[in-house]
Amino acid sequence: MSFLTALFTKQKASQTAWTVVAIFLLAIFAGFLIYPTAWNKPVDWLNAKKNESAVLKSLPNIPQYFNLPFRLGLDLQGGTHLVYEADLSSVEKSQYTEAMDGVRDVIERRVNLFGVAEPLVQVDTVGSHYRLIVELAGIKDVSQAIAMIGETPSLDFREERPTAETQAIIDRYKALSPEEQKTFSEDPYFTPTALTGKYLTKSLLEFDPNTNEPQVGLEFNDEGAALFEEITSRNVGKRVAIYLDGAPISTPTVNSAISGGKAQITGNFTYDEAKQLVQRLNAGALPVPISLVSQQTVGASLGQQSLQKSLFAGLIGVLAVMLFMILWYRLPGLMAVIALTIYSAIVLMIFKLIPVTLTLAGIAGFILSVGMAVDANILIFERMKEELRWGKSLGGAIDEGFKRAWTSIRDSNASSLITCLVLFWLGTSIIKGFALTLAIGILVSMFSAIFITRNFLKLFVSEKMEKHLWWFGVRKAKKETDK
Amino acid sequence: MINIVGKRKIYYTFSVLLIGAGIFSIVFWGLHFGIDFKGGSLVEIEFSQNRPEINAVKDSLAGLNLGDIAVQPAGEKGFLLRSKDLDEGSHQQVLRTLKSLGDLEEKKFDSVGPVVGEELKSRAYLAILTVLILIIIYIAFAFRKVSRPVASWKYGLAAIIALFHDIFIPTGIFSILGHYLGVEIDLLFVTGLLTILGFSVHDTIVVFDRIRENLRKGVGDNFESTVNISINQTMTRSINTSLTVFLALLAIFIFGGESVKYFSLLLMIGVFFGTYSSIFVASSLLVSWEAWRQKRIERKLNTR
Repeated sequence: MSFLTALFTKQKASQTAWTVVAIFLLAIFAGFLIYPTAWNKPVDWLNAKKNESAVLKSLPNIPQYFNLPFRLGLDLQGGTHLVYEADLSSVEKSQYTEAMDGVRDVIERRVNLFGVAEPLVQVDTVGSHYRLIVELAGIKDVSQAIAMIGETPSLDFREERPTAETQAIIDRYKALSPEEQKTFSEDPYFTPTALTGKYLTKSLLEFDPNTNEPQVGLEFNDEGAALFEEITSRNVGKRVAIYLDGAPISTPTVNSAISGGKAQITGNFTYDEAKQLVQRLNAGALPVPISLVSQQTVGASLGQQSLQKSLFAGLIGVLAVMLFMILWYRLPGLMAVIALTIYSAIVLMIFKLIPVTLTLAGIAGFILSVGMAVDANILIFERMKEELRWGKSLGGAIDEGFKRAWTSIRDSNASSLITCLVLFWLGTSIIKGFALTLAIGILVSMFSAIFITRNFLKLFVSEKMEKHLWWFGVRKAKKETDK
Repeated sequence: MINIVGKRKIYYTFSVLLIGAGIFSIVFWGLHFGIDFKGGSLVEIEFSQNRPEINAVKDSLAGLNLGDIAVQPAGEKGFLLRSKDLDEGSHQQVLRTLKSLGDLEEKKFDSVGPVVGEELKSRAYLAILTVLILIIIYIAFAFRKVSRPVASWKYGLAAIIALFHDIFIPTGIFSILGHYLGVEIDLLFVTGLLTILGFSVHDTIVVFDRIRENLRKGVGDNFESTVNISINQTMTRSINTSLTVFLALLAIFIFGGESVKYFSLLLMIGVFFGTYSSIFVASSLLVSWEAWRQKRIERKLNTR
């Protein structure tokens, strides 16, 4: 509160001047941050000119402005928002958090393979539902991404059945009607072993030293190594099949028992196939099954359109508001417009610095906050006009206007901030974006009204203007007080 | 000076009629919930050449056995498809089927499971309730020092009645829009409603704040005239503020594109009635309440 009292106490003119200079510097800093090209272009030109002269060439170049991009939400750059529900029925209640963290880590590793900038993977608990939210901005093939997130590569090793058993299964198969044959799932050639991808510690992309064909190297942990040795020793001279997702990809013949827990899959892979398999195996299996319960996808072109439209709408909106302010409030209106420009620059700078993810609703929130920022100014100016009509001196009216309007500004903005808090808590990402931009807008607007506009008015308004109250939208001040 | 408080009965009647129409629409036609709240899928596609006949689209989808799929033209070359929530397999099946009719681009796909929808709905109700309660507490707190002649909690209650007024009317209008134009109640609608709450209370507080100040200064002959003076003093500000916000929203409505069109319309309606209620309803309620209390006291004295 001491900060606020300081704002309302009278300050010296020189102090006001310095404050205004500081505000302008901040605004210029913010302006270049929002649109660095405005700095970089002239600087490039200057540097080029400077380097033409032999004398000046030794001097260092003027640096470029640092470039922070706006972070755009899914609806503005295209992308997908996926919500998965985890099935925790096979897990102890005390292990839920751990299981969800496990799911998140695995999905995160899988998602990182997509090459999407800043993917978001987070656990969301709603009541007894454990969910995982995945956001992929700017992704091209959503369908493929969903397939890769959801599918667990299941790797397992199988051994050959005795010939008699194979024949028995084939006979049984042949005896069935064509309809029943379709659902027949027994594998006549191989039978599963205990060795699966669970025992895998690492998978590597390797090349066959003789043929240079790409192959996938596997490394097992101790348990897996023991199993592998056991399987290979009892199958010398026979085939061992490596199954991926239920289909055999390689069926090498075992020459001798293999210890050490290393194996290769040579499955006529292309380089890309081998690489992808390695990545998928390394990403690991999900500790619990998940299912997709909600999906929101926005195509890139729609995002682009929305962005352009909302920016244009924002521009028109802000211009309309500015025009209204100048027409209605004259000189103070002009001051408010300058303050509003600075206000916009500061808010956009904060959006870049935090960074705030801008969504359509977020831009609407920003435009709305411009309206609210104007409100603070209107409250002050209306109060000033009243004080002027009551015959107060100009300086007195400005001070009084700010002081009296403050309680209204405070109380009304507080209620909007409460709303923002609740919205943030309600929060799907769209609404959070709106609440955040509106809240930032409201906070900065309070600063803008009581700090920027006030200092401007104090600096530029002199007692000489007393005779020209038209500038303040007040007509014939004296007559009204005579009444 | 305009005598607003004296003619409060006219404004009350107007408000009650509007709210009544809204309630009528909500009771008879209900609210047209979007997939956010009831679950389901929404696909928006755009054909690169001329779009096929709507019946061709319907026929081609009928064979997929995915239940009812509502097809609606969107833009110049596109369609909106609404159905029960589709899993990724069925979604791709739908796209493949449609691609056989012509080259197309999928602009948007939303799918919400029914459980998620129910959850969002209850979360939205909870959010609205929380905002209302927090605002009552805040107003009671902000006006705690004003107790004569009207107790501070009454300001809170009057503001809340104004708030209900301000969210009932837009909801009613959207129920009517939903019935005739298929406008949906979705999460963005709830966001808008909550924003209206914030804005409406914003407006009401400014008037109350002036009443508070004028009571302290002893402006006006009695409570009714103090309130009327306060309303008149703050009216220009209320209208100007709403006008600027309205201008900003109008720009979004006209230029902002389909997805935020009804959101900005909702906010415009909300801003309009928010201002209306703070000028014509909220403060008048304080006066009515006070008059009613006075009458009761008199009656008590007379019967004694």
